[in-house]
Amino acid sequence: MCDTCGCNITPGNRHLILGQGKLARTEDGRSAVTVLSRLLSENDVQALHNRRHFDQHGVLAINLMSAPGSGKTALLEATIDALGDEFRIGVVEGDLETENDAERIRARGVPAVQIVTGTACHLDAHMLHDALHRIDLDSLDILFIENVGNLVCPASFDLGHHRNVTLLSVTEGDDKPAKYPVMFRGTDLLVLSKSDLLEILGDFDPAAAERHLRALASRAPVMALSARKGIELDAWLDWLRAEVRAQRERLERGDSLTPVMQPEGARLHETQPAPAPEPGP
Amino acid sequence: MHELAVCQGMLRQVMDITRREQARTVTRILVQVGPLSGVEPRLLSQAFPIASAGTPAAGAVLELESLPVRVRCEQCGAETDARPNRLLCGACGDYHTRLLSGDELLLVSVELER
Repeated sequence: MCDTCGCNITPGNRHLILGQGKLARTEDGRSAVTVLSRLLSENDVQALHNRRHFDQHGVLAINLMSAPGSGKTALLEATIDALGDEFRIGVVEGDLETENDAERIRARGVPAVQIVTGTACHLDAHMLHDALHRIDLDSLDILFIENVGNLVCPASFDLGHHRNVTLLSVTEGDDKPAKYPVMFRGTDLLVLSKSDLLEILGDFDPAAAERHLRALASRAPVMALSARKGIELDAWLDWLRAEVRAQRERLERGDSLTPVMQPEGARLHETQPAPAPEPGP
Repeated sequence: MHELAVCQGMLRQVMDITRREQARTVTRILVQVGPLSGVEPRLLSQAFPIASAGTPAAGAVLELESLPVRVRCEQCGAETDARPNRLLCGACGDYHTRLLSGDELLLVSVELER
């Protein structure tokens, strides 16, 4: 949702605007100012700025999210090995501590910037912006942002990326989408990682994971793969190729893409009235 | 736990409005936090006194409102109640639904005293 097109007006709050207008006096002389802006509007403004950066440089930005240890970095390593000659790839790594992940990516011959968040449990648009100053976007086709391993907080922060990809490793349990609905509802693609362990574990049902995802009204594709063993990587690589193509076509049309949740909100509410104009000074 | 950061961001918006309206103190802040917003209302309430200390909003009442999770079905058109982890149509059970309310994270209004 944004603060300009009126998409933040829902059936639950429209009466606040339609009633007395934007600035109303209460009985005891206090004034009530109607605001209706996103609580995270500072982050959203920065995210919009980041997205413009990506679009101007023709970069597709993908936000990788999962629990810690689901294999985000391993998937990136396998992706670089498979597509390194096809696309120019860069990576921003988010972790509470260490440069370990960035070093793993650099060892593959790809530029990587590490964001060390200290105690912060997620990346936000400002942290990413600072990191973008340390990477040359002109020399990239795809920028992967490997978010902090966490199934809760990263879901709330738009970074300015184009697509959300969420990993669920088969060691975690197939009911994770039901337990972390905010995270999984916002994903554009669900990757069931470490699929080589499916047979050994015997208690993870990929069909059940997909059912739990569909229960969140998600239409995102679901694919199982093993980055380490190189099993069924093709669907993932084809998805990436299609996304790079789609991003190039969007840029030729002068369009941009926000991750799955925001445009939905805008479409839902577009028939409703925009907020009253700001009162003059 | 990013509720303190969310609260600080909200207060920066409230302070901008306070300055613009040339008000002295903030008496009430109304916020909508939906079950699917990713922010926990109880933690936001706990963060507020810490984040607002020493600001014109220090004594303000922070009122949190939660809207029900509701969906509209694209298959049968029904509008029904749903749960955060079960956003299926309550009438026909299809998953092709759109969220009508429940993901709000909105600063709705601010009450000021001059």
